[in-house]
Amino acid sequence: MAMKLKERADLYRMMLLIRRSEERLQKLFADGMIPGFLHLSIGQEAVPAGVSSALTEDDTVSSNHRGHGHTLAKGVDLNGFFAEILGKATGLCKGRGGSMHVADLAKGMLGANGIVAAGLPITTGSALAHKMQAKGNIAVVYFGDGALAEGVLHECLNIAKLWSLPILFVCENNGWSEFSPTERQLATSLDKLGKAFGITYKEVDGNIVDEVAGAAGKLITGMRKAASPAILECRTTRVRGHFEGDRQDYRDSDELAGLDARDPIRLAGETLREAGLTDEALAEIAADVEAQIEAATEAAVAAPLPEAGDILADVYTRAEV
Amino acid sequence: MGEMRYLKAVNQALKDAMRDDSTVFLIGEDIGAAGGSFKATRDLLDIYGPERVYDAPIAEAAITGIAVGAALTNMRPVAEIMFMDFITLSMDMLVNQAAKARSMFGGQGSVPMVLRTPHGGGLNAGPQHSQCLEAWLAHVPGLKVVCPSNPAEAYSLLRAAIDDPDPVIVVENKALYAMKGEVPETPERVEIGKARIARPGEDATVVAYGAAVGLAEAAADVMAAEGVEVEVIDLRSIQPWDEACVLESLSRTHNLVVVHEAVEAFGVGAEIAARMVDIGFDELDGPIIRVGAPFAPSPFGKTLEEAYRPNADRIVTALRRTLA
Ligand SMILES: Cc1ncc(C[n+]2csc(CCOP(=O)(O)OP(=O)(O)O)c2C)c(N)n1
Ligand SMILES: [Mg+2]
Repeated sequence: MAMKLKERADLYRMMLLIRRSEERLQKLFADGMIPGFLHLSIGQEAVPAGVSSALTEDDTVSSNHRGHGHTLAKGVDLNGFFAEILGKATGLCKGRGGSMHVADLAKGMLGANGIVAAGLPITTGSALAHKMQAKGNIAVVYFGDGALAEGVLHECLNIAKLWSLPILFVCENNGWSEFSPTERQLATSLDKLGKAFGITYKEVDGNIVDEVAGAAGKLITGMRKAASPAILECRTTRVRGHFEGDRQDYRDSDELAGLDARDPIRLAGETLREAGLTDEALAEIAADVEAQIEAATEAAVAAPLPEAGDILADVYTRAEV
Repeated sequence: MGEMRYLKAVNQALKDAMRDDSTVFLIGEDIGAAGGSFKATRDLLDIYGPERVYDAPIAEAAITGIAVGAALTNMRPVAEIMFMDFITLSMDMLVNQAAKARSMFGGQGSVPMVLRTPHGGGLNAGPQHSQCLEAWLAHVPGLKVVCPSNPAEAYSLLRAAIDDPDPVIVVENKALYAMKGEVPETPERVEIGKARIARPGEDATVVAYGAAVGLAEAAADVMAAEGVEVEVIDLRSIQPWDEACVLESLSRTHNLVVVHEAVEAFGVGAEIAARMVDIGFDELDGPIIRVGAPFAPSPFGKTLEEAYRPNADRIVTALRRTLA
């Protein structure tokens, strides 16, 4: 399934938006402008860029602690996104969620999540709702290899298959969960789990965006026609530490040195040039992205902090309980 | 609707809510073909079909999480957890997800889900099928917890819970399922958070919820024979609870006893007592006394379970103490 050059350039643009946003966040964090924890997905941008290219605004996604890419690729407002991560009143969640809880329900982004694997049952429920509403919408859950050891993953694979739910399980397998390699965490593998539950399984190089987009597009088109679950395992690379401030002493230097050659943005740039996209066109994309991020950062930095008096707001929907 | 059992009132509320709103659906273990372990969902699969009544595998975390996700996607799920003891397996989805989604996302949406679950002893069901764990849930900002005391309340509170935009845990007492009572033809729409004076009186107040309301009424009968008029407040909702109603009653009776079947320590009674000491101190003529289960797992054997559960005698003793 050949994609048009324009579509491939859009994937590149989305990856670059995620990358440059996170690089900016990295800097803001180092400058003490971002409170709390910050988990960057640098090196993993091809997964959400590719998957989201097959989604509409009415499809739903949920994410995990490393969720900036998933969020941006679902089309959330960049200004609200930056403001939220800086903990500002103008943030998507009014500064109450932060990096691990960015959500934009109107855009079908049901939230990043601070609890490993918690997005799985929530997204399974969203898929059930889609099936009941019968409008052909689907749900996507992004999770890491670390979530494979959690009980709810197995509960959800089982139910998704039993009830033929339109859910795409997207595993970003970066080989690490925090400071432990996957092989110390899981006695089996996701393809075997897929087989055990009878769920369609597809593995892709998660650093080649065209591959991710192609595979996701095919699976999603199928599940829109006839509701059913599928698994997409994306082999990818975590470039930064588990969180900002993690020096990654536990990774060997060969692994770290090899990351650059696998950089999804560099790889996409090379193939786009071969396919005829000019250096000027690539530079234009980069300049566009930079300008957007610059504006969002400026607005977020200037935005007010939440009022301390608002602590009780939104705990319940009706003010007077 | 005439006289019906508590269990039937639950069933009727589910049936009517599903008739009135096509986004309401049921999910739980053995709730469909089998009609539920206690038969609260009897016939609903036949009436509404498998697209609205989901017989789920034994996976409480997923059942609860599916309710959260469906609620975030414009549905009104009503989940059943077969015994309240199994809610331990739902806790992440309740505490970290359902309760927090609205606040944590800056008020963007709501989680209009209901989780029904039976608590309480009396069936010799033992330490893992008898617990009253509602205080855990009442401790979590973002959740609401109600506990109906009779068939009419069971109907009204469940309808209110399903109508509510926020996650509501409806705790039903197993020992009440067979209780008969009048359910009005057009039941009033109750507001979650409002208590009810089950029996007026001016000498002492007993605050109770669920099955403890009946015990408090029995204790009030005993005291009435001695010329002491006890007011019984049916809390109906534990979170939020009707502080104003309790304070108003206390300001007339000046003596307060709080009763629940749950373990006394760190329980709902402790919260009510602490608040009343804070805002009603000047009204108190005696100590606030709690009547609850002792600090031990709920036991299996008949003699043990009987000794474990609060009863009218213990409430009478508490009333005499506070009035002394
Ligand atoms: C239930 C739970 N357990 C543990 C943690 C702490 N924790 C946060 S991220 C993480 C590792 C997750 O690894 P993975 O799912 O592979 O995602 P990655 O960080 O590699 O993107 C752990 C253990 C948590 N947040 N939640
Ligand atoms: Mg990982």
